[in-house]
Amino acid sequence: MSEKSADQPGLPLLEIRQLKMYFPVKGGVFMTAKAQCKAVDGVSLVIRAGETLGLVGESGCGKSTLGKCIVRLNQPTSGEILFDGADLAKLSRSEMKPHRRNIQMIFQDPADSLNSRHTVGNILEEPFIVHGIGSEAERRARVSELLRTVGLPAGAAERFPFEFSGGQRQRIGIARAIALNPRLVVCDEPVSALDVSIQSQVLNLMLDLQRELKLSYLFIAHDLAVVKHISDRIVVMYLGHVVETASAEEIYRSPRHPYTRALISAIPVPNPRKHRDRIILQGDVPSPINPPSGCPFHTRCPHVQERCRVEKPALRTVATTAGIEQQVACHLDL
Amino acid sequence: MPDPSTPLLEVRDLVTAFDTDAGQVRAVDGVSFVVHKGKTLGIVGESGCGKSVTALSINRLLPKPMGKILSGQVMFEGQDLTKLSPEQMLKIRGARIGMIFQEPMTALNPLHRIGRQLSEIFLLHKTKDPREALAMSVEMLRLVGIPSPEIRVSEYPHQLSGGMRQRVVIAIALACKPALVIADEPTTALDVTIQAQILELMKNLQREMGMSIVLITHDLGVIAEVCDEVVVMYAGRIAERGPVLEIFENPKHPYTRGLLQSIPRLDSPRKVKLNTIEGMVPGLLDLPTGCRFQNRCPHKIARCAEVQPPVESVGEHHDVACHRWRELSPLEVRS
Repeated sequence: MSEKSADQPGLPLLEIRQLKMYFPVKGGVFMTAKAQCKAVDGVSLVIRAGETLGLVGESGCGKSTLGKCIVRLNQPTSGEILFDGADLAKLSRSEMKPHRRNIQMIFQDPADSLNSRHTVGNILEEPFIVHGIGSEAERRARVSELLRTVGLPAGAAERFPFEFSGGQRQRIGIARAIALNPRLVVCDEPVSALDVSIQSQVLNLMLDLQRELKLSYLFIAHDLAVVKHISDRIVVMYLGHVVETASAEEIYRSPRHPYTRALISAIPVPNPRKHRDRIILQGDVPSPINPPSGCPFHTRCPHVQERCRVEKPALRTVATTAGIEQQVACHLDL
Repeated sequence: MPDPSTPLLEVRDLVTAFDTDAGQVRAVDGVSFVVHKGKTLGIVGESGCGKSVTALSINRLLPKPMGKILSGQVMFEGQDLTKLSPEQMLKIRGARIGMIFQEPMTALNPLHRIGRQLSEIFLLHKTKDPREALAMSVEMLRLVGIPSPEIRVSEYPHQLSGGMRQRVVIAIALACKPALVIADEPTTALDVTIQAQILELMKNLQREMGMSIVLITHDLGVIAEVCDEVVVMYAGRIAERGPVLEIFENPKHPYTRGLLQSIPRLDSPRKVKLNTIEGMVPGLLDLPTGCRFQNRCPHKIARCAEVQPPVESVGEHHDVACHRWRELSPLEVRS
């Protein structure tokens, strides 16, 4: 076990300030940068110890890019990622290494994120080797303990990823992520590739692990029902911006941003008697290469006004329920 | 409600098999259902349960030479599609039965303009004049809600967004006003706000054109939203079928019940344990004798491992394949 300091539940564990991640869009004969894709455009948020922060939004809203910035699979363009007294955004590779064991990641597609030429045992042992932890025998023992924790047979260590089903592979991905007793796990769509009956097994496992290991999760997904189930607080992103944040209950009970409202009303409800009046958004999400002026949502917003086209709304606190602020980036009071 | 008219489509005891290196596997093993005129039938189940193979069998689009229909009938507008020659099938496919695929990017040819891909179907079935076909294409794009269709016809698929591409695929499927549309996971690759647009579009078009839809999905929310009847498939067989309200409010098969209980819902309590269906779907190569759900079923008895449960009638149009459905207490359904 690592010597991690007990994180006080509720205190900020990781804080992101004005994070921007612009990707150059290259073109022409010399592949020079012609434009910028503003995948994440000034996002600030806090992840508290022991909580699950849900991050929702549609494809291209920047939620995965944000997750990758935290584990530094992306080098942010600007902004701060404060963790353990350091600004992760500015660290070099070697300076980042001691933090990596504290921040781990679970990926969407376990088939792509596990090396198909390594046995499961080797995959799970690697984090210990990289961080120089334990003797070979200790590492082996830890690997079988990990397999037990995630509900896989001990014999799994000798087998290869392709011998497992999607749900089992995701368990391997989870085992790898928790191997070094991290404090924060960034989960990027961890259950979207799984069948319904397997999805609930994996969600239960993640809830159990959080309780036992006192983990904090950043849970990135597009399925609002899943995110609401596992999260304490939820951040809604649209086109690289945070448009609303609140407790999981509040965001569902009284969403304030027109986008959040449309998102919730668009979810098909598994109840044939419930046919709600749906807010159907017109058009598509604009391109982050050429984002609209003013409010990023104004091109699809049913309540759009002149001001929205020119002035970008800042996040403001509109309510506080049970100590959790609800913040919304909208000019209107809906 | 008994339907006096004959059903548009009737699948009887369909068995579809694939030849693999490890032997022949029956991806669909004795599936029967009917689709009524103007109605939507949903087929729900997990990956590998045979729902897509059922669709491909109806349309006779099984990969050759591995896939073939071993037995059963697909009665459509008075003829058995399994008996038709490939040439006769060409006249039905596209004209009487349209198909919507999951991935609009792979369903469309990236090298051809939208107009050419849409015109193709009009040239096959409706007209010989390419100009007229193109004009029909523009009309069709307008019908599925594509803005400025005159410009879009001369664009390539990559120039359109995912939602727009799916609209093009729908336009192709509906071009000849088919009596039946088979939609295989039509919204799975789309974002939820775009999914809402597409489902709305399909419902509106059905109201206008009166076609029947077979909708294949793994999403029970989508089923509840748009379907009249539901078929629940498990490992190549029918577990349960019936009207959508019956399936959601009076589910009899332990698998259907397990599915309905294991999905997180927006109005359910947070961070509590979800009900699960333990274990996983058996591989088609090592299926157990008897009921195929037995290894995951909380109600398993000795008989389940010996005898395949017959499809029995629970009520009007509601059938289930389970030995113990009579004993199971009514399921508590969340409002």
